Amino acid sequence: MTSWSGRSAFAGALADPDGPVPAGILRGSSEAAQSRFAVYRNNVASGLVGALASRFPVTAAIVGDAFFRAMASRFVDGCKPTSPLLMTWGDEFPAFMETLPAAAALAYLADVARLEVAVSAAYHAAEAPPLPVPALAGIEAAALAEARLVAHPAARLLRSPHPVGSIWSAHQPGGSPADVAFRAETVLVTRPGAEIRLSLLTPAEAAFAAALLASKPLGEAAALGVAADGCFDFGQSLVAAVAGGAFTAITLKGPDP
Amino acid sequence: MNRRTATLALAGSLAAAMTGFAERAALADDAQEKCFGVALKGQNDCAAGPGTTCAGTSTVDYQGNAWKLVPKGTCTTMELPGDRTGALAALDRDLPKS
Repeated sequence: MTSWSGRSAFAGALADPDGPVPAGILRGSSEAAQSRFAVYRNNVASGLVGALASRFPVTAAIVGDAFFRAMASRFVDGCKPTSPLLMTWGDEFPAFMETLPAAAALAYLADVARLEVAVSAAYHAAEAPPLPVPALAGIEAAALAEARLVAHPAARLLRSPHPVGSIWSAHQPGGSPADVAFRAETVLVTRPGAEIRLSLLTPAEAAFAAALLASKPLGEAAALGVAADGCFDFGQSLVAAVAGGAFTAITLKGPDP
Repeated sequence: MNRRTATLALAGSLAAAMTGFAERAALADDAQEKCFGVALKGQNDCAAGPGTTCAGTSTVDYQGNAWKLVPKGTCTTMELPGDRTGALAALDRDLPKS
């Protein structure tokens, strides 16, 4: 098994339960090879389902183990990893859930899974010291409106018509389903140190944070916040986002991206 | 709102929020401290040393190099089984056998 075409034929045979044993590995009777290869094939599929279960623990807790494994197996059949880093595999799993009639009753399921994608991506994002809140005091008042912030590599913003942040939190140790009120939520995912942090944002804070993460100037971002809610508090929202670890630096002048 | 008042509003809003943040941070700093050698196995907060990764990974009760956040001032006085006491720095008692 040295050539690339040999390897990809082997990978193809692993993915196809009805296909023949790949050429070159026959030893003993063909029936024995067939059944041994089936064990190998099953181990691959079961390992991939396990990888999804460890990346989507909240989704698995919501639907239960049997449903999750069935759903994950169907996904594995159609979508194999393209990288050996399994922690990055499964980004398309939430969209796949939306195509399953059996999961349609749980309207929030795919968005909870999207939050799990964001959380695991944030967890494995590059290390960077977050911008300390006191650094904001270093921006001169006259420069404030034009200043921009550099997004932390782990920062993610997820909007959903469902309470995905509350559902996720309810499934963490110490959480309780009683805490979930069914309404739309926007979640800011950050990882200021080693731990993931989720912040629920109001619509105005969400508009503001989205603009900041897209490196818009503070003044423009504040205007978007005020447009969403006349009572939008620029200072509190900025301090909260910076304290959460969403940014790494301030840029006072720069080209409009 | 003209440009100058807008600038003043941003700066004033930020200054007010920074003051509030500093006060809350001071309170939070006072509230808890890292206490080594007091966590039951699997219940440490973080940094359980070689052989473990982080929170919830200590493997023996009262592991000396694992810490838990406790109310400030209670670390060295809380009651523990045997003649153990908690400490603000890592201890070399109750380490997992390697």
